[in-house]
Amino acid sequence: MSILTHYNYEIAIFLAMVGLYVVIAQGNLVKKVTGLTMFQTSVFILYISMGVVQGGSVPILDADTTRYSNPLPHVLILTAIVVGVATTAVALALILRIKEAYGTIEEDEIHEQDESF
Amino acid sequence: MSGFSLSDQLPALQVVLPLIAAPLAFIIRREALIWAFCTVVAWLTFAVSWSLLGQVQAEGTISYAMGGWVAPWGIQYRIDIVNAYVALIVSGIAAVVFPYARHSVLKEIRGDRIPAFYSLLLLCLTGLLGMTVTGDAFNLFVFLEISSLSMYSLISLGQDRRAFTAAFQYLVMGTIGGTFVLIGVGFLYEVTGTLNMIDLAERLPDVTRLRTLHTAFAFLVVGIGLKLALFPLHLWLPNAYAFAPSVATVFIAATATKVAVYALLRFVFTIFGVEVSFQDLPLDQIFVVLGSIAILSASAVAIFQQNVKRMLAYSSVAQIGYIVLGIALATSAGLQASLLHLFNHALMKGALFMAMGCLFYRLGSVQIGDLGGIARVMPWTFGAFALGGLSLIGVPLTVGFISKWYLVLAILERGWWPLAALVLLGSLLAIVYIWRVVETAWFGSPSPRNESAREAPAGMLIATWTLVLANLYFGIQTDLTVGIARQAADVLMDGAP
Repeated sequence: MSILTHYNYEIAIFLAMVGLYVVIAQGNLVKKVTGLTMFQTSVFILYISMGVVQGGSVPILDADTTRYSNPLPHVLILTAIVVGVATTAVALALILRIKEAYGTIEEDEIHEQDESF
Repeated sequence: MSGFSLSDQLPALQVVLPLIAAPLAFIIRREALIWAFCTVVAWLTFAVSWSLLGQVQAEGTISYAMGGWVAPWGIQYRIDIVNAYVALIVSGIAAVVFPYARHSVLKEIRGDRIPAFYSLLLLCLTGLLGMTVTGDAFNLFVFLEISSLSMYSLISLGQDRRAFTAAFQYLVMGTIGGTFVLIGVGFLYEVTGTLNMIDLAERLPDVTRLRTLHTAFAFLVVGIGLKLALFPLHLWLPNAYAFAPSVATVFIAATATKVAVYALLRFVFTIFGVEVSFQDLPLDQIFVVLGSIAILSASAVAIFQQNVKRMLAYSSVAQIGYIVLGIALATSAGLQASLLHLFNHALMKGALFMAMGCLFYRLGSVQIGDLGGIARVMPWTFGAFALGGLSLIGVPLTVGFISKWYLVLAILERGWWPLAALVLLGSLLAIVYIWRVVETAWFGSPSPRNESAREAPAGMLIATWTLVLANLYFGIQTDLTVGIARQAADVLMDGAP
């Protein structure tokens, strides 16, 4: 078992770390949301990787096939994708409001305005 | 599946009722009608919880196959005494919040947003109740996100522009928390091949040594910890509570963290079991430390707040500390204390935030500096605040005393004297921050604006006093809550049936 056999897990971990880092390190709210979306997407990849069955085919019923991949994680992730889309939508709507109220979407400038307020 | 009787469908109704009502509330468009409709729905939901609790007590655990799909393939709603109790807390608070909401919402929410506000409130209720009744780990995540998304939107409807930033901050932290839960559930599925909680509990003993399982545990505890504002993951909470509309604050403060605690209990005790959580992994030590710091630091920070809602929010973080401390004891008595405090804290924080809502209705401010002498103009509102405050401190004859009493007893049973002292110290700090408000409101000199203020509308006061009287009633008549909390604690300690 070499490192490469689990490459999708490694990609998932890499994406998760990059996503979290962007959320923490970026002051721009839109970039934060981008990081958040990356983080969520990494989990989608993690789930989908779980569904793999070695030598398994696409989970569509077929007379010649005896081995199928596990479709359940895919179904779960469909739900999680919907959740992710909704989260992004709410986040962007909030950023619009923040832009209207503060005139900026940079975190440090927002904090400055609130403190002088 | 032959024969259709309503009482068999209660577990589904518990969630479906507010879920269907939410879009309907949005369609109605007439403020008075929406309010009446939502209130009726909340009461019906409460009635459902009440009869579910009765059923569970009479006949034992209820298992409901959603859509007729039997577990473990379908999603099972499984209701034992623990979630029946938590569902009762949530829907009970909703049944009081909706009657209260009318005036406050008219004042604080822009006219065209009122339908959306009510419908979000119902969606939030749906999510919280769903988390409570479901017996499926992934389903719990979905409901968690339903409640969270509606909460972010509710918070952002506050009048202050800081409500937007508070909601955004909560959204970022809440989503990270939710995604952590998702990762944890994924790992559990990976090692067991099931998502049904009871199935999980049965299969986990075979794999307890796997590192994947421990990783799953860590992700779940941190993820749920973010939602329940466990110190130091509480940073989203103070601003969210402070700047949300009054009604949203009351509802969220009294229910959301409670349901998160329930989810934590379910994972730690029912699914992983006491052995994995407290013997293989040092959850008790972690929780003792975090709980203690939460009690001390959050209470101390609360003393220095100028915004009373923000002060109460920090106090909530401290109260979560008490609950977590009870869990950390890992004994039946400790759990009982935590479960009792879930109920009792919902009552006291509900009452206190409602009093703040009444105040905000008349003054448009909840800064301590603006409260001079207001208690003499609004005696009912401030009477409610004072009694709620006494309950928070833990004075005898209030529910706060009952919680603290059982918690201290449970701590002494384990022989951890310093922690008992810490709980009492927390109460002393609560005296300080509650007294600051009471002193200003009663003995401060009133500004001309405060002198011309009037008592809050009767509808709001009645709801507020309902909770205040509940604080006193359950502080004297403890059989019901203590009995249920004991049964629930025993169920949790036994692990999966």
